[in-house]
Amino acid sequence: MTQSNGFKVIGTRPVRHDGVDKVTGRALYGADVRLNGQLYGAMLRSPHAHARIVAIDTSEAAAVPGVKAIVTGADLPHVGDQIADIGEGAVNLRHLSANILAGRKALYFGHAIAAVAATSLTAAQQAVNKIKVTWEELPPVLNLRDAMAAGAAPLHPDVFTDELGEKSTTPSNIAEHLRHEKGDIAAGFAEAEVVVEREFVTGTVHQGYIEPHSATVQWNADGQLTVYCSTQGAFGVRREMSEILGVPISHVKVVPTEIGGGFGGKLNVYLEPVCALLSRKAGGRPVKMTMSRADVLAATGPTSASIVRVKLGARRDGTLTAAQAWMAFEAGAFPGSPVGSAAGVILAPYDIPNVVIDGFDVLCNKPKANAYRAPGGTNAAYAAESMIDELARALKMGPIEIRLKNAAREGTRRADGPVFPRIGFVETLEALLHHPHFQSRLERATGSRRRGRGIAAGFWFNWGGTSSASAQVNPDGTVALSEGSTDIGGTRTSIAMQLAESIGIPVNLVKPQVVDTDSVGYNDATGGSRTTFATGMVAYELGQKLREELIAHAARQFEVEAAAVRFEDGAFRTDGKPPLSYFDVCGALRDTGGEIVASVSMRTKGEGPAFGAHLVDVEVDIETGKVKILRYTAAQDVGRAIYPPFVEGQIQGGVAQGVGWALNEEYLYDKAGHMLNAGFLDYRMPTALDLPMIEALIVEVPNPRHPYGVRGVGEVPIVPPAGAVANAIFDALGVRMTELPMSPARNIAALAAAGVAA
Amino acid sequence: MQTFSYRSVSTVEEALAALASPTARALGGGTDLIPMVREGRRQADLVVDVKGIPELGRLEIDAQGNLTIGAAVALHRVYGHPEVARRWPGLVDAASLIGGTAVQGRATLGGNLCTASPAGDSIPALIVHGATLIVAGPAGRRSIPVAAFCIGPGRTVLGPGELLIAIQVPAPRPRSGAAYLRFIPRNEMDIAVASSGVALQLDAEGHIAAIDVALGAVGPTPIVVADAAALALGQAPSAEMAAKLGAAATAAARPIDDVRGTAAHRKRLVDVLTRRAFMAALHRIG
Ligand SMILES: Cc1cc2nc3c(=O)[nH]c(=O)nc-3n(C[C@H](O)[C@H](O)[C@H](O)COP(=O)(O)OP(=O)(O)OC[C@H]3O[C@@H](n4cnc5c(N)ncnc54)[C@H](O)[C@@H]3O)c2cc1C
Repeated sequence: MTQSNGFKVIGTRPVRHDGVDKVTGRALYGADVRLNGQLYGAMLRSPHAHARIVAIDTSEAAAVPGVKAIVTGADLPHVGDQIADIGEGAVNLRHLSANILAGRKALYFGHAIAAVAATSLTAAQQAVNKIKVTWEELPPVLNLRDAMAAGAAPLHPDVFTDELGEKSTTPSNIAEHLRHEKGDIAAGFAEAEVVVEREFVTGTVHQGYIEPHSATVQWNADGQLTVYCSTQGAFGVRREMSEILGVPISHVKVVPTEIGGGFGGKLNVYLEPVCALLSRKAGGRPVKMTMSRADVLAATGPTSASIVRVKLGARRDGTLTAAQAWMAFEAGAFPGSPVGSAAGVILAPYDIPNVVIDGFDVLCNKPKANAYRAPGGTNAAYAAESMIDELARALKMGPIEIRLKNAAREGTRRADGPVFPRIGFVETLEALLHHPHFQSRLERATGSRRRGRGIAAGFWFNWGGTSSASAQVNPDGTVALSEGSTDIGGTRTSIAMQLAESIGIPVNLVKPQVVDTDSVGYNDATGGSRTTFATGMVAYELGQKLREELIAHAARQFEVEAAAVRFEDGAFRTDGKPPLSYFDVCGALRDTGGEIVASVSMRTKGEGPAFGAHLVDVEVDIETGKVKILRYTAAQDVGRAIYPPFVEGQIQGGVAQGVGWALNEEYLYDKAGHMLNAGFLDYRMPTALDLPMIEALIVEVPNPRHPYGVRGVGEVPIVPPAGAVANAIFDALGVRMTELPMSPARNIAALAAAGVAA
Repeated sequence: MQTFSYRSVSTVEEALAALASPTARALGGGTDLIPMVREGRRQADLVVDVKGIPELGRLEIDAQGNLTIGAAVALHRVYGHPEVARRWPGLVDAASLIGGTAVQGRATLGGNLCTASPAGDSIPALIVHGATLIVAGPAGRRSIPVAAFCIGPGRTVLGPGELLIAIQVPAPRPRSGAAYLRFIPRNEMDIAVASSGVALQLDAEGHIAAIDVALGAVGPTPIVVADAAALALGQAPSAEMAAKLGAAATAAARPIDDVRGTAAHRKRLVDVLTRRAFMAALHRIG
């Protein structure tokens, strides 16, 4: 589907710049850092979901040979209420600090309590086992209904409900109630000829990045802190370290390592401040700490469990007249679930005149929810797209037909305010409509197996934010590009390609590197699907500057005005003289005016909202409840596919995560709030054997506000899968699954409840 | 994590001497032991690698057609042996679904048995194939029917310092077939939520002459469905017979709710799996 559109580099499939290092194992990830004199850190984590810390006795731990430092929450400076915007969502620093090391209370199973640095990991772990904590156990609040119940004991004495902008007077587990309204909801439902309504529940899920968190920090005698860590945003880490530790921002240098996945879970710090405190106590020796998988699952991420109710009203012809959504999201131990973005996403694909959306951010004794790829989008779209499906069936309309009839277009106003610029939802639906998968007939299955087909759509805002980068032209014609966007999804290459296109050179001449916070201007985190868009925009501007300078140098060699010089097909040309090759001009820079160096920083505008529409065929074994994904096609408007293999990879990865969320992934707790499945054996993400080849159908409706039309790709594809799979299961069984994950046992129970016998 | 010493031995005597220490543990493929030690679920000061003992590495079919599998034979050798695959299909079903290719390159039947997980995949299969275990210890050698080996989750009848030497599987009876099936939510890298092994022999008239059904993951140990013989002997094999056996499996199961599944779902699954394993075993009768 990708057209060349006159581009030389964009849309091609070059070898990625970091490919050799990654396939040969040379790329350095967080846990590969090893500094001279390094100490090893280990963490004591709460065995209780909710307990007061009466006393911590570290005397026996300190006596373990090799132990150099022990820290607890008391070592963190007191920080007041302060909101830091570090990318996807703002955080209150006081809460962030209490999440790093617990203060007076442990608020969830796995909450960090104290840490040890020692000359070996074994010694550090032995010492951790000897720390004695006197606990006073408190009853935990473990789900939304208990947390929101009148009279529920509040987790925090100082969290009050922000009720539509007004603060409540008594502490509450409901940290926020937000509402979006458009039109007249009562009139809209009065006008409706068909109304459908249902409530959906989703479980707590984790981002499941392969690389566990790892940090190595040295707090030098001169006050300078150097942080090596795997993060989505080195500048966010710098800011959080500065605020949490109370040190000037200029004292913190963050060196980002390669990152083995983040999906929103590596925006905030966890280990970094603890390593810093340990390093200072240990006389400035560097301290390294790496989480186990159990720590990662129990104490980082996850994203919110939720309850989502959706009511839709439509006329007989399928025109939506009204929609109402009510959502409650678990924030975990501190405020800040993604219910806000869920409220923006839930009905965004449709042009509905009358809408009310209510969202609640709710505390409970689980790890603090963090962003997860299109935060809140999957929960919201699962409910909304199930109801669109139900409505279509009630109206005897096709699933694409009803979506096309109500599709948001340029000029449609979302319930949360913004008016859509040029978007490609209609084109995406049409691409799916004409795809052979949609045109094919689904063969019926035999015996205990039933087959079904489902469709769901999904929206994500995408984000611009601030990016900076620098570049210099080397004498051999290569261009060194220094960027600050950590490369999670292959952005070194997609940004280098935009730089190469802008200058007019082959991409293999660009040498991109991700550098530390002292070596490049400010960059927002790699998140919000912003990097190829925003850092790409910076690369375009940088390319234009370099190109202009190169032309000026060539003009001096030609001894003509710059305006008389063209740079075409790798050569500088002017009328009446033989052309100068690109390499000749680069080799002569010193004699034609000096080196070429450029920096660009932009607070970008014009991010392109984007949509996907997914089609899935499933087969359900009605005797066991197991769901098999037979075929999956994901159409998405990406604006422009700079590097198509990564675009396809992003779409396939998002689908894989969404299918895992739909079918098996879920945190399991006992009644006391202990997490029971903190490992990849029983937290069941899909393996390669659980998915067919996922076909990514790239649709390109260029974003008019980006030089190359980029919208952003990474988040949209995780939004539709749960809804698409649920709709396919309905098609197969005639049973509407209202709880995620749609695990075998739950499917069997639902079949039994619906009276469908195997 | 804890530190431990490692010793590789090449004779049974050497192994028994080393295992005399109460904190010593035998090491086969290490695919259970090492993760357990690392996670603090097992203590070991000394790990005794028994893979170098020739007797534990034997994989032989004798003149009478009986199979001997050394306790330290890696699974890939079991299912990679064409005669074993042809004659003991239920065992091969189990051996080829434990873990994945990488795990099967190391993991052993001996380790699977001695871990004594209620969900250990080889155990129901070995039970229905009528296997016997040869054990050596300070008091000499003895043999134990597999069905009597496990006595609780992680617990076997092995005494202190005893070593599993080999698994003996009798030659398949004429006109017999076997199958082992398990249910997992994904398609690999899962532990059985429930499982069922069925071995079946027909007489010359096509009636059921012998039947064994054993279940996994629905009780503290693998469960033998004792009613199977009374239900099936002398009867013609059919879908109705499969359904009766499935119901007997459900009745025999004593499952619990845990992270891997609910008791209700497990009761249902052993019914389904037993029916399907019965039909698969029947189809395998050549
Ligand atoms: C990724 C992964 C997936 C897995 N999937 C499955 C699965 O699908 N199904 C399943 O059943 N299991 C599974 N397992 C568990 C494990 O692989 C099997 O139980 C395997 O058969 C154990 O064999 P081993 O040789 O590795 O045992 P080891 O780890 O070497 O030993 C296990 C235990 O047996 C003892 N032991 C070993 N040999 C002897 C002996 N000769 N005498 C006395 N004691 C002995 C050891 O001391 C130890 O206590 C999985 C494990 C992993 C890591």
